Amino acid sequence: MENSGFETINLGHGSGGELTRNLLDKVIFNTFSNPFLDQKHDGAIVEINSKIAISTDSFVITPIFFKGGNIGELAVNGTVNDVAMCGAIPKYLSLAFIIEEGLKMEEFEKIVASVKKAADKSGVLIITGDTKVVERGKGDKIFINTTGFGQVHPKANISVHNIKAGDKILVNGNIAQHGMAIMSEREGLEFESDLVSDTTNLNFLVKDLLDAFGEKIKLFRDPTRGGLGTVLHEIANDISKGVFVKESAIPLEKQVAAACEMLGLDPMYVANEGVFLVVVDPSIEVEALALMRNHEKGKNASLIGEFTNAHPNKVVMESLIGGKRIVSPLVGEQLPRIC
Amino acid sequence: MKHLSEYRDFDATKKYLDEIHKITTREWNIMEICGGQTHSLVKNGILELLPEKVRMIHGPGCPVCVTPLNLIDKAIELLEKGVIVCSFGDMIRVPGSKKSLLEAKAVGGDLRILYSPLEAVSIAKENPDKEVVFFAVGFETTAPANALSVLHAEKEGLNNYTILASHVLVPPAMEAILDDKLCTIDAFLAAGHVCAIMGMQEYYPLVEKYKIPMVVTGFEPLDLVQGIYMAVKQLEEGIYKLENQYSRVVKEHGNEAAIAVIQKVFEVGAREWRGIGEIPNSGYVIKEAYRKYDAEAKFNISHIKVPENPNCIAGEILRGIKKPNQCDQFGKACKPANPLGAPMVSSEGACAAYYHFSTHLTA
Repeated sequence: MENSGFETINLGHGSGGELTRNLLDKVIFNTFSNPFLDQKHDGAIVEINSKIAISTDSFVITPIFFKGGNIGELAVNGTVNDVAMCGAIPKYLSLAFIIEEGLKMEEFEKIVASVKKAADKSGVLIITGDTKVVERGKGDKIFINTTGFGQVHPKANISVHNIKAGDKILVNGNIAQHGMAIMSEREGLEFESDLVSDTTNLNFLVKDLLDAFGEKIKLFRDPTRGGLGTVLHEIANDISKGVFVKESAIPLEKQVAAACEMLGLDPMYVANEGVFLVVVDPSIEVEALALMRNHEKGKNASLIGEFTNAHPNKVVMESLIGGKRIVSPLVGEQLPRIC
Repeated sequence: MKHLSEYRDFDATKKYLDEIHKITTREWNIMEICGGQTHSLVKNGILELLPEKVRMIHGPGCPVCVTPLNLIDKAIELLEKGVIVCSFGDMIRVPGSKKSLLEAKAVGGDLRILYSPLEAVSIAKENPDKEVVFFAVGFETTAPANALSVLHAEKEGLNNYTILASHVLVPPAMEAILDDKLCTIDAFLAAGHVCAIMGMQEYYPLVEKYKIPMVVTGFEPLDLVQGIYMAVKQLEEGIYKLENQYSRVVKEHGNEAAIAVIQKVFEVGAREWRGIGEIPNSGYVIKEAYRKYDAEAKFNISHIKVPENPNCIAGEILRGIKKPNQCDQFGKACKPANPLGAPMVSSEGACAAYYHFSTHLTA
């Protein structure tokens, strides 16, 4: 990355003129240089000889820098993971910035560097993009949109409709970590903790699972916003089956549990970034769990429950003390309680 | 945070549940006062682990639920006047007569969600040319912090900080419930955190007057099953006394420093309870000496009065006469995303607790 010669982003950087070109050349093209991007067309021309999976996502997080990452790597990992959840191998990303004038150039460069690092880690290329600048007060420092393109794994047959009663639900690791890390840095809520976001790319673990088990994998889903509870509820409703989970099997780190308790939030509804759930045929539950636990991104993997015909459309959780409760979807944002 | 494991232990909890099953011979109605207790009972699935004969009746101790509708309209009026309104989180989705605070924020109101009223004082200090109001609702539990915010504002010499107060007190509400002709309550689990502030003194006369067992109880699963066990044991033995299950937190005389702060700023007066109506001597009002910190006095909003939605039976729910799933609107016209009344909004509200967690739900 070259020095752009500016301390802050201004409206001119989005004008399409000289300043835009300067910013693109020195910060963007330099960083992401690859044969597709270097053509500097209006769009990228690529060849993909298979079924492709496409996913898009916009990232609007506050604060933009947080423990464990920043909005840049989130924008890559989020979309890479969404493509992977389709049973695909992510290949290419588009990258679009909407920047509020006044953003420090240093911060922008740091974000771009993180995008690059995360893209390299997941093995994807940035092949097209866009940069817009809006007036102060019309944005929140920076918004990023990414769209991901991936080749569907030849052995994948991912569909919520393949799920049968008895299929098992596994998660790859501790839940609620990202949401609580962000919460711990929100203005007015700061509390001291070592919590870091779990943002990471999950595509290689997904590929390993598909290589090993193919069609025995019914579904991947990453419970980002809305958390594990909301996602389980969505799946149950999509296929009119019940979900039964055990609270004691849901991996939850102690500090995260304590932070949730303190703020009166339910970890089942707190956002995740590096977490995904896998629905598998019961014949491979042991092997799939073992594979996940042997992978860097699945060390805390756990079998949390299963699908059932017993209570269609409902997620029932057995509590730590053996009682049962419904896990309903999140309505709006989780709100801190009075006492 | 040992209580995350110790007080949620399967074996310890089961021991008390087994004991409750063993000693229960008759039907008993036990009211847990506090919404936090209701939430925990339902969230942990305790209700269905109890004998059928032990029925828990959910009490009025949800601050959001008992805050009168017109107070929400008053807070919205302030937002629309350009005041910075600060509130605890779960107040903001409660529907006023026309909209909620959250909806008023969406059209430009400066609403801040806080965990502590002292943060509101800081906001007032940082914004000397703006008026800042803290929406001070709650039971005895939140009163010390709200009173302290007034004292801080006074110390800082701030003239732009006030509170919109609606503080209610537990013992008068218990009396109102017990005096109700339809009351069927045999015993109370008193609210642990209210007693942590106020102590136990106020409750002895109630136990004597109404000859009713009362157990000050905490909020974790083990606390609740132990509290229920203690209440059932008294009932089965035919005795009534005040017991303290939550002794690791609640002391006989409460938190005397906190009480002193409350008494400096507030005095006891009549309060309106949503769904129940006005109860004499049932809340805190700001003392004359601190009237300049009273938002109602400062902003001329006392005239705002609005009627409740006639389809909402919150009053019967809060008095324990009906259970949420006995309401015709429950889960149909009234859902957390579109609540008719406050008990469906707060996570401590009985209706929301039933909607979110209860396996009895058929909808």
